[in-house]
Formats: sequence, C-alpha cells, structure tokens
Amino acid sequence: MGILKKALTTAAIATVLMAQTAAAENVKIALVVKALGIGFFEAAAKGAEEAAAELGDVEIIYTGPTSTTAEGQIEVINALIAQGVDAIAISANDPDAVAPALQRAMDRGITVISWDSGVAKEGRQMHLNPSSSALIGNTIIKLAADHIEGTGDVAILSATSTSTNQNIWIEEAKKVLPNYPNVNLVATVYGDDLADKSYREAQGLMATYPNLKAIIAPTTVGILAASQAVTDAGKIGEINVTGLGLPSEMAGAVESGATISFAIWNPIDLGYAATMLSYNLVKGATAEPGASIPMGRIGAAVLDENNEAAMSDPFTYDKSNIEQFKSIF
Amino acid sequence: MSLLRSREALLALAILVLIGVVAARFPAFVRPANLANVFNDTSPLIILAIGQMIVILTKCIDLSVAANLALCGMVAALMNGAGVPLALILPGVILLGAVLGAVNGVLVWKLGIPSIVVTLGTMTIFRGSIFLMTGGQWVNAHQMSDAFKALPRTVLLGLPVMSWMAIALIVLFTVVLTRTALGRSFYAVGDNPHAAVYAGINVGRTQFAAFVISGALAGLAGYLWVARYAVAYVDIAGGFELDVVAACVIGGIAIAGGAGTVTGAVLGALFLGVIKNALPVVGISPFWQMAISGAAIVLAVTFNATQSRASGRIILKSAEAR
Repeated sequence: MGILKKALTTAAIATVLMAQTAAAENVKIALVVKALGIGFFEAAAKGAEEAAAELGDVEIIYTGPTSTTAEGQIEVINALIAQGVDAIAISANDPDAVAPALQRAMDRGITVISWDSGVAKEGRQMHLNPSSSALIGNTIIKLAADHIEGTGDVAILSATSTSTNQNIWIEEAKKVLPNYPNVNLVATVYGDDLADKSYREAQGLMATYPNLKAIIAPTTVGILAASQAVTDAGKIGEINVTGLGLPSEMAGAVESGATISFAIWNPIDLGYAATMLSYNLVKGATAEPGASIPMGRIGAAVLDENNEAAMSDPFTYDKSNIEQFKSIF
Repeated sequence: MSLLRSREALLALAILVLIGVVAARFPAFVRPANLANVFNDTSPLIILAIGQMIVILTKCIDLSVAANLALCGMVAALMNGAGVPLALILPGVILLGAVLGAVNGVLVWKLGIPSIVVTLGTMTIFRGSIFLMTGGQWVNAHQMSDAFKALPRTVLLGLPVMSWMAIALIVLFTVVLTRTALGRSFYAVGDNPHAAVYAGINVGRTQFAAFVISGALAGLAGYLWVARYAVAYVDIAGGFELDVVAACVIGGIAIAGGAGTVTGAVLGALFLGVIKNALPVVGISPFWQMAISGAAIVLAVTFNATQSRASGRIILKSAEAR
C-alpha cells in the first residue's frame, strides 16, 4: 500500500512537472536591476515589456534587491536559478561579487548577459554598454555645434580632472572637432562635481570668453550648475548649456531655454535591447568576438574582443520630449 | 587688542594685494559688479564662518556645519515642494538648524564628549538623514517655486538679498560678541575655562549656546545655498566644513579658543572667496588650482602662528618690572 501510494505521488508530481514544462514554452527572461524603485530601471523594464510584446513568446521577470547591494543581487540570482529562468540580464552592483553566482547560472544552461553596469568577463556571455565613448564624445560636440550660428567659442565643464570616464569622453570629443569647423573649443575647466565650484567655473568661462556660445558639461552636476549660472547671468539664448544630464533634473533648464538640448542613454531602449539580445542568445545565437546579434528596432550589437557591444548614440532630449521623460528618470 | 587689529589690517591688505594680482591678469575682475559678485558668492561661507568662529572661541569645533546646511537645505526644498510659504520655511529651517546644533551642544555639554568626535558623528548622521528622507533623489529647479529661488538673488540697493543677510549678521554678531554678557562669556570660556567658572560662567552652557548659534546660521545658509544653486541633493556642500574652518584659521581665530574677532572670520572667508573666484578667470591649469588654494591656507596660517607666538599678555606690570 505504502509503495503504491509513493508511486502514485511520484506519478502525480511527474505529471504536474511535465504539465508545467509544457506550459512554460515562453522564454523566461529575468531583468535584474541594481535596486527596485529607481526610475531609470523602471523605464528599462518598460522597454523590456515592449520587446516581450513584440516577440510574443517571452515572459519578463523584472526583479532586483531593495537596496543597491551585491549580496542582495546574489540572493535574487540564486532564486532565479531555482525558478529555472531561461535568461538573466543584469545591471550589476559589483562586477566581481556577482560573477560566481552568475557562473552557476550559466553552468545550468541559463543565458547570462550584463547591461548598463557590467559584470566581469567570466560571469557573463556578453555585456551591452548603453553607448561607447566615441559615440558620446561625438554627440556632445554635435549638440553644441547644432545650435551655433556661424562660428563660436565652446568650453567644456567637466567633473574632476582625474575622472576617467570624463577624460575619455573629452578626448573622444576633441578627436571629432575637425568635423565641426564652427566649433572653436577654447577651454576645459573642472567643477569637481560640486554645485558651487561648477557654478563659479561657469561664471569664470563667461567672464573670460565674451564670444562664448556653448558650455558642454558631460556631468549631471556640472550641466545643472552651468545652466543656473547662465540663467543668473541673464545670458539665456546667448549661451547654450549642453552635455549629459538626466531629464528629471534638466526639465527646468530646458523649460527656461538655458539648455536647448542634452543627451543621455535612453533606459527604455536599453531594457528593450537587453531583452532582444537575451532572447536571441536563448534561441541559439552565440556570443563571441565579432558576432553580430540583432536587437530588434535598434539594429545589431557587434561584439568586440571582450564580448562587449555598444547600443547606440546617446538619446537627445529637448523641449519636444522632456515632459514625457522627466517623470521617468 | 591693537595687535589683533593690526593682524586683521594685514589680512585685509593681503586680500587687496591678491585682488590686485588677479586684476593684473584679468582686469575685469576689479569691476565693482564683479567684486559685489565675489562678496555675494562668499556670503554663505561668511555666515558659516561667523558661527564656526563662535564655536572655536569656546575651545570646540563644529565639523557638522556643512552637513547641517545640506540637511536644512533639503528640508527647505521639501517644504517648498509641499507648498509651505517662504515666510514659514525661513524661520523653520533656522529653527531646525538650531535644534541640530543643540544636539551637538547637549552631547558636548551634558556628556562631556570632545566636540570633534561629536560633530564628526553628527556630520555623518545628518547626511544619512537626507538620504533617508529622499532615498537619494534630487530636488531640481523645476520642482522649486519661483519665489523660493528668487529671494537670495533679489537685488536691493545694488546688492542681492543674500549679501545683505551676510552684512546684517556680521553687524549683529560683532555687537553680540563685543557688547553682551553672552558674547564676552564665549571669550572667557575659551581663554580660561577655570577662571570662567570662578567668574560664575557655566562653561558647558556657553558651549551649548555656541553650537546652537552655529547650527542656526547653518540652517539659514542651507536655504540660501539650495535657493541659489537651485538644486538639493545628499552631497551639496560636501567638504565645505573644511573651508569654513580654514576661513576661521586664516582670519586669526585661535584654534585653542579665546581669541578672534568677527572681522577676522569675515576677512578669512573673503580671502578664500577671492581665491575661489579668481582661479577660474586667471587661466591657471586646474591641476594647480588645489595646490594654490592649499598653499595660500598654509601660508596664512604660518603667518598667523608666528604673529601670535610673539604675543603674551602682561597682566601684572609691577611683577614684570621686578
């Protein structure tokens, strides 16, 4: 009797499991973010859902820890392995700490990619950068050039003089200067990502270069402080402040006209692209140097020697779309 | 007293020389409008330096001023977001700043913990509180009302309101420190705490009062800062407490307490303010800027140290004669 009961139970469980497998034809893609409740990542989840709707047979699991810790993300990853998802697309809180957990996931046949904030090479199949330094460098110069009539002086207001990403972007920006003959780059100053110092540096630029037409600040603190300084100096319309900023922070400056347009990666596109890449990898694409993996409406990601790819140019925000994005991130 | 006064005269001279040197490279710097602008830009530093100076007079130090400023600034921005009128926000943040200062004061007074430890702790707690209140979110220009942003920059009789506030506080605290019992007790407590006790002064309570004043001034500066730069986030005025202490030290306020004047603190703040505003326009490589600011501080302090070493008050003429 006991044996029969056990056999029956086993059979029942087996049936249930098989039924589940049958129902789970959908590709389950987990979008793991740095922390829940951050506008930027909520927007990425929106993009992931958009991709899922386009693909049809995808189920998005949007998850992450409640605070931006690597430990929290490891717990989430372990839970996802237990659930048997098909793919994990993660924006990591720490490139190394989450790698072992992700390796376990890959050992179990789960596709793992990182996006936005990368994971060490051994912990993922590929990494999707929101943009590349070259694209960013070109974009910030273009944003300034587009709104200069004739030729004009342009200055860069950076963060600290030792900030690696800022310096790379500025270097890339200088490389493309010959393509924009109307831009006369006169100075690079450093506001140290402090509101007061950036404000003073912007004032200094305006005082030193009377023919200044644009200030490029590829940093969120700098672009805000510079647009405030331009506003206070009554030079709206004369000097355009541009660079990289967040729509929620820049809405006021765009409204006042101190900033005509600025750029930052589009989180919706990022979530969309990460989902498309995960889906294609699950469906048989291989992540290897030189491979080109389609990302739906955005194009294709071409992997470099580190299996990293850049998504696209930073997305430009201006009066036409700031209202839509300022509540997102 | 005459020695102190001459030291301040020397500092004032140093500031004029500095302005002259800058003007030689960038003539527009000495335009009255620009000098007014420099003074206005330095106003928050002046306000905080006055508070810090009073605390230092009593042999204490307040490292939490910048964090206090940031917390009060954020509260001001959030109150504004909730629709509270400016007439309530301003007294509200000054009161909040005073309460935060009182927390420092009570710990120093009642528990006898060294002020540097207390304020090092509260500095972090204040910054942490901003994060807890906001979850790290920024309050941006478009989320602040126009009246909120306009007050510090409204021009009255040729100067913005922020400058007038600094001037009013300079006058107020000069009077308080030289003409009131409380003001004199700050000096007494710092100069010789034991003698102060015999003179009937409660040392702890005087130090408490100093922290409350410093806190209240930081609260006011918090509003001014947030309204001026039209942004509030966890890290505003990060590291600013060091500028404030530097302004006091340059201004000849004795770190050991008991000596210093409001004029000194104001001149110290102006000295730093001129350097900060001059460096961007004279076209010095940014890599040198920090080294130059630092060298100026060390130079000024060295000068002050050698000046004060020569002094030594003779209180019994007859004993000296013997």
